[in-house]
Amino acid sequence: MSIDPAARAGHLDHPPRMGFFTDTSVCIGCKACEVACKEWNAVPEDGLSLSGMSYDNTVGLGASTWRHVAFIEQAVPASRVLSLVPSDDAPHTGTGDAAEGVRWLMASDVCKHCTESACLDVCPTGALFRTEFGTVVVQDDVCNGCGYCVGACPFGVIARREQDGQAHKCTLCYDRLGAGQEPACAKACPTKSIQFGPLDELRERARLRVEDLHAAGQDSAQLYLDNPADGIGGGGAFFLLLDEPEVYGLPPDPVVTTRDLPDMWRHVGIAAAGLVATAIALGFGKRK
Amino acid sequence: MTQARARGNGTGRRRRRGGEQPMVPDAEFTSYYGRPVIREPAWGVPDVPGYLFLGGLAGASSVLAAGAQQSGYGELARVAKVAALGAISLSAVALVHDLGRPSRFVNMLRVFKPSSPMSVGSWLLAAYGPVAGAAAVSEVTGILPKAGRAATVGAAVLGPAIATYTAALICDTAVPAWHEGYREMPYVFAGSAASAAGGLGLLATHPDHAEPARELAVLGAAVELIAKRQLLARIAGGSDEQSLAEPYETGTTGAILRLAEFLTAGGLAGALLGRHSRLVSALSGASLVAASALTRFGIFKAGMASARDPKYTIVPQRRRLENVAPRH
Repeated sequence: MSIDPAARAGHLDHPPRMGFFTDTSVCIGCKACEVACKEWNAVPEDGLSLSGMSYDNTVGLGASTWRHVAFIEQAVPASRVLSLVPSDDAPHTGTGDAAEGVRWLMASDVCKHCTESACLDVCPTGALFRTEFGTVVVQDDVCNGCGYCVGACPFGVIARREQDGQAHKCTLCYDRLGAGQEPACAKACPTKSIQFGPLDELRERARLRVEDLHAAGQDSAQLYLDNPADGIGGGGAFFLLLDEPEVYGLPPDPVVTTRDLPDMWRHVGIAAAGLVATAIALGFGKRK
Repeated sequence: MTQARARGNGTGRRRRRGGEQPMVPDAEFTSYYGRPVIREPAWGVPDVPGYLFLGGLAGASSVLAAGAQQSGYGELARVAKVAALGAISLSAVALVHDLGRPSRFVNMLRVFKPSSPMSVGSWLLAAYGPVAGAAAVSEVTGILPKAGRAATVGAAVLGPAIATYTAALICDTAVPAWHEGYREMPYVFAGSAASAAGGLGLLATHPDHAEPARELAVLGAAVELIAKRQLLARIAGGSDEQSLAEPYETGTTGAILRLAEFLTAGGLAGALLGRHSRLVSALSGASLVAASALTRFGIFKAGMASARDPKYTIVPQRRRLENVAPRH
């Protein structure tokens, strides 16, 4: 059954869990989300270079990149290009399925605000916390830059910023949510590829959308992180993808590392008990 | 209608880095321009691997100190107590130095979270450090001998936790080569710690007065060798597809870990056979200390390598999905 992360974190009377549904099938790669995020959150610039990765010069999420638009160019049969258009009207570049066409996938990635968050679990200072909206936020005045969250995140989202030595990531615009506003990226998105709202509503909307796409012949359309039974208890941010997650740089079956922690502590306990027993054995060994 | 699979086409596929010729062909997988899926932990070298080694050396030295004190090996007990204090002090320096904001290290004691091995470790360190310090200071100065003996026992109870919690620290991450080895890592670390502490005792004490150190070193080295073999056998997965043992076995890291294994085995043999020779005992002890440090560096580097290459994240997850629900 679905976990209520805000209630579990002690928010007794809390607003509904808010999140993102990113429908990549209508993303046009404009990067307005990247810009709006940087502007609103005053995230510093983190270098300009040409990556050679299609139109993606942002490359990935990081301490100073909280929205990242991925671009994937795929060679596919020409009939697959523009397949949302009825096939009679679709312009053909060649002769039928054998001809090569290009499918251009675009997707705006963001922190998943996991129901079971590894970053939050492993943070030793309490700098990372669960908000009343069920999102996960870093407190800048508490983080001591230990870097544990960085290696714990199954998506490689959170990172340490060189300038201040602290961990940073998407806050799902905690300040805007508090004022009843939607996050900057969703506000700026011109195609409603980024949708913000109560997570329950978004999940329902996403289910209908993926059914429509399947009916339109987009068999590869799939929801990602929408399922509370998955390895992170479902994402507070989830996605509609047109190919497998790894094509977009996302892990196909992420599992929060702390699910195995009780078993880890058990083995640590046995190993430590072995050392204590060794001390006792040495003490009662051959006396000098 | 069957989906036109984009695998093998275009740029979604991983590109092989220049000229590399793998011994075993990689499992087929797709990634985003060969970029890593997860991020390497923001942990530096030599700070963090050094911390893993020194914490182990300190914790197991406290075990040795209590055992030696109880069985009347006074000189060895003194060496072990001083070693424990020295190692834990250096390890604390390494830990603070690795923070992005070292001046905020006290925030580690702001909360206690069993879900964070680093939080548990910080509290353990805060308890163990002063106790190990009291044991060493009392031993060297001769003041408050009864309190010193109590502190020695206390350090022998907390020390094993210091020596082994670091296994949970690195395994409780998304790093595939560490996480998947979590069942064996605590025993590797316990063995490596015991072999280092025993080794240091052999190095610093005359063999006639170092019997407990020899026993600890032999036991530790044997446990470490066996546990490491078991760890690698498990994460290799018995498959001809992508093996998670690969980052432990290839390149510089593979060479470091093979050297560590050679030194551990050599030190173990020397400690067993050279009990009447000061030179052989000392050399064996030095080998074991060096081997323990190399083992921690090697394990650290293997994990970082497995985080950098997307195949170690994607292929096992894809295999897991296909085993649970066959796709069509």
